Amino acid sequence: MTLKANEIKVGDTYSEEVCRNLSRTQIVQYAGASGDYNPVHTDQLYTSEIAGYPSVFAHGMLSMGMTGKMLTNYVGHGRLTSFGVRFTSQVFPGATLTATATVTGLREEGGENFVDLDVSTTDEDGTEVVKGTASARIDA
Amino acid sequence: MAVDRFPIEAGHVMMFARSIGDADEIYYNEDYARSTEIGNIPAPPTFVQAGAQFDPDYFLRPRIGQEWFGSAKGPTGITQRSGSGGGSGGGGGGGGLHAEQHYVYHKQLKVGDVLSATTKPGKSWEKQGRRGGKLMFSESVTEYRDQAGELVVTATSVGVRTERPATSS
Repeated sequence: MTLKANEIKVGDTYSEEVCRNLSRTQIVQYAGASGDYNPVHTDQLYTSEIAGYPSVFAHGMLSMGMTGKMLTNYVGHGRLTSFGVRFTSQVFPGATLTATATVTGLREEGGENFVDLDVSTTDEDGTEVVKGTASARIDA
Repeated sequence: MAVDRFPIEAGHVMMFARSIGDADEIYYNEDYARSTEIGNIPAPPTFVQAGAQFDPDYFLRPRIGQEWFGSAKGPTGITQRSGSGGGSGGGGGGGGLHAEQHYVYHKQLKVGDVLSATTKPGKSWEKQGRRGGKLMFSESVTEYRDQAGELVVTATSVGVRTERPATSS
């Protein structure tokens, strides 16, 4: 599934719920797969008593990874040329996240077509947790 | 991160896809993946982060035979404090928090590729936090190259250290 330049326009949006009621176990899965075992993500005792946070929280890269899933579903695999985000708020267990891409530009370069996107992921309260941009090569 | 050899393996991609909740068949079924435009199992867009598994010096992985700063019976496994603070403060021993991450994709990364990675420091800057306290940002730029020496992904990571634990409302 790939996007076609003649089927989208600036202002179009695509949204996906990328996580519902985020479990501590999913954060453990991400720690294991990514190799980032920082205990502030999985170890409540350490996090509350030593690190001084109220609760363990998701890796920023887990939120970005879930946001990236929305992007590959929208633009297709092998199409992204860039993807960059800021982590604007911490994500805690129980979060439900919705990722949205908004078309900000369509361009042609060297005979190929590209789409530019604003990317935003928000939690169940509407707080933005990931904010950024992405670009992808699309079909004519 | 300096990684000599980061092989992109199907089982690792499967575990990573599960961890981000991505049910796309392309990450789980090699026959299906071969029938797609890419022709093999692709790596998800943020997968290179998992190169940490292949970094022998990665400090956020327990080292065999050494104390780990996360909890054991008590809240930290560090039994002897050497000098100041140890695992306390800022990002909780994790070297601060991750503020930004940017990827530029030059080629599609696939199962079977073997990457190497080198990291250089980028810019650094300071900002006054909203609740007082200084925020110290620093950038690092990692280039991932494949078995042919071709640039596959350029990753720019921005970390932030705070004078006290950051909390979001």
